Amino acid sequence: MATAYTPPEEGWATEPIERTEIIWIVLALSWCLFMFGWMIAWHWIGNQNMNNEAYRTTPEAYAKKVEDFTAKYTVRQDASDPSLPVVAPPPGSDVYLAASRWQWRPVLEFQKGKSYRVHISSLDWQHGFALLPENINFQAYPGYEQVITMTPNKTGTFGIACNEFCGIGHHIMLGRIYVKE
Amino acid sequence: MAITTAQSPFRIDPLTGMRIDLKAQALVKINAVLAVVFLLVGGAAGLLVALTRWPAVHLLPADLFYMALTAHGVVALMVWIIFFEMAVIYFCASTVLSCRLATPGWAWVQVVLMTVGAAITAVAILQGNSSVMMTSYVPMDAAPHFYLGLILFAVGALIGCFVFLGTLVIAKEEQTYKGSLPLTVYGCLIAVIIAIFTIASGAIILIPTFLWSLGLIESIDPMMYRVIWWAFGHSSQQINVTAHITIWYTVASLAFGAKPMSEKVSRTAFLLYILFLQLGSVHHLLSDPGMSSAYKIFNTSYMMYMAVLASMIHGLTVPGAIEVAQRRNGYNNGLFEWLRKCPWGNPVFACTILSIIIFGFIGGITGVTMSVEQVNMIIHNTIYVPGHFHGTVAGGTTLAFMGLTYYLIPVLFQRELILPWLAKIQPWLFGIGIAVFGVALMGAGTLGVPRRHHDMTFAGQALSFEWPGMAYMMMAVGEIGGVVSVVGGAAFCVIVVGSILVGKKVPADAKCIVAPHADRNADKHIGMGGFEAPGTFVLALTLFVCLVLYYFINFKYLATVWTLA
Ligand code: HEM
Ligand SMILES: [Cu+2]
Ligand SMILES: [Cu+2]
Repeated sequence: MATAYTPPEEGWATEPIERTEIIWIVLALSWCLFMFGWMIAWHWIGNQNMNNEAYRTTPEAYAKKVEDFTAKYTVRQDASDPSLPVVAPPPGSDVYLAASRWQWRPVLEFQKGKSYRVHISSLDWQHGFALLPENINFQAYPGYEQVITMTPNKTGTFGIACNEFCGIGHHIMLGRIYVKE
Repeated sequence: MAITTAQSPFRIDPLTGMRIDLKAQALVKINAVLAVVFLLVGGAAGLLVALTRWPAVHLLPADLFYMALTAHGVVALMVWIIFFEMAVIYFCASTVLSCRLATPGWAWVQVVLMTVGAAITAVAILQGNSSVMMTSYVPMDAAPHFYLGLILFAVGALIGCFVFLGTLVIAKEEQTYKGSLPLTVYGCLIAVIIAIFTIASGAIILIPTFLWSLGLIESIDPMMYRVIWWAFGHSSQQINVTAHITIWYTVASLAFGAKPMSEKVSRTAFLLYILFLQLGSVHHLLSDPGMSSAYKIFNTSYMMYMAVLASMIHGLTVPGAIEVAQRRNGYNNGLFEWLRKCPWGNPVFACTILSIIIFGFIGGITGVTMSVEQVNMIIHNTIYVPGHFHGTVAGGTTLAFMGLTYYLIPVLFQRELILPWLAKIQPWLFGIGIAVFGVALMGAGTLGVPRRHHDMTFAGQALSFEWPGMAYMMMAVGEIGGVVSVVGGAAFCVIVVGSILVGKKVPADAKCIVAPHADRNADKHIGMGGFEAPGTFVLALTLFVCLVLYYFINFKYLATVWTLA
């Protein structure tokens, strides 16, 4: 009798397929097609999607944008670290967040239920935007500026950690977003 | 018994009746031994990493942690696995086809290049200025010899692929087999085809990166790097999947005399990997900027997830083939008599069945879920990801390779296993350890704990973030599972090396260990309700229900986070 390690019996290509396999294949294939459809459908029925808006930039150009943005909307210094400005942009506006070794700057303040066009880019190596405890994660590259429209649905203090390894200070790389009513 | 032909001396193995080319045998042995040595090194680094990520232990300082993690990723994933795959493809092409190995000289070049390459990269890592993780994302830079070692290693592997293909040509010409290739060899062929694509991608990205590290190229675009690196990184995982599934089929035949349920179905499923899997690397880039959703969705699914389908097929047909064989051999009662009567204490079988279960339930279900464009946003780069892929590469591939090793020791090394009691529990230690590790890390990842991270407490940081107690607990439980699996891994290395060095010689008149085809129920209908493998079908349905539930649970969780558009 043939086994996996001996050549198959002649006529293997036309041998009928047993019921167990047929039913399983049909079931699995249906599910696969469903998953494909669902991924598209979520762009219409779901509220969490990437719009994949992105631009080429340079670290210098992006740093300048972040600096101007910070200067324009700073409202106070942070209570945990008075050297850090807290920036509260108006709802609907463009927000510039920079990753660099090893910080996410500036600290942001949003209003619950309001939308912000958050730009994310790196000034040096690759980093990972990780919003905690929401657990929303994006890759940040130098030279590419990604825009995600975020609408906080709860208030509180949210951390931003880095989840792409970026050198020896990777684990101390932090930022923060405050969301108020 | 040794017989000699004009080309190359062979021996007939008493345990299996196989005709073994002695030159091939030496090469399979050396690759397997090197693989196991590197598994030991990779496992030791894994232990250090696990003991650091266990919050209460927090063993290493940051610099050593990142160094150990780079070493663990490179050595465990690339070096151990690929050395073992070289052993597998040489074994399948020569021994399974009763053929002499093509160009054994070149095969030795493979061994030397891969060893030297791995050593150079290891030195670079240990020197401390190449702690860049195995992915080495630009513009973070490693020392030039970090990349050079990897390139040499890859060239060696490519030579091994051509030796395999050359051997198939010889086998065909010298007609050492009749008809179509056995499924075992066919599976290897698929793996080798994917490997050639993989190594080409690796060369396209690593050679320029090497030149860049030498200052000969100005810069490398980070997005281009990730796209091409993952064409390499992703498809290399498909080599592993293809190789370990091939081993599943082979062990089912060796241990039970099982015949693939349908050659046609299994072969088509393998073919789907080439057509749909290896190019689908964008699921590593779902949360990256710069690519449209349409492309992301298309690339991860090819509109129908044919690769997922293929794995689901193998997941059914391997246990299905075992069930049919067991039923034919007399265990035809009820749904699961065949399963109860499996040789659970035999490490070859235990490794294989655990590999199937862990790969399906832990690696598979989570892999399908996290490659959904939107769900990826709540998983990307969290510790969930290592949780998932230890289910695939450690629980799936590594465990399957361990099972095959237990089989090869008496056949190729002609030694009996030492410490049979340890060999009996070893698969369970490693398998259960990795399963706990994987599941707990996924739990922590669901809470957002990042991967590749030295200090989840963010000690001393002004903007520090407080985790829920559950996150710490999950990390502790996971790493305890990790330690258990390291014990299992070490036991494996001890048994293998010990058996080779001091194991009892297998006598020349030993009786055959390949499962007989008793076929006691050959004339009877087997199975239930018109199904030849009803038990397997029920198990597969269980997997299906878990997958569907888990998929929607993730969407339910996704729906609670901030609105993102
Ligand atoms: C022996 C038991 C093992 C233990 C305890 C273990 C433990 C770990 C831990 C704790 C991490 C770090 C996760 C993180 O912080 O991001 C890790 C990463 C990793 N492990 Fe393992 N592991 C084991 C076996 C394996 C095996 C057998 C393989 C491959 C076949 C493997 C491949 C990897 C890879 C590729 C990474 C990712 C490295 C990176 O992020 O660059 N591990 N492992
Ligand atoms: Cu970072
Ligand atoms: Cu980082």
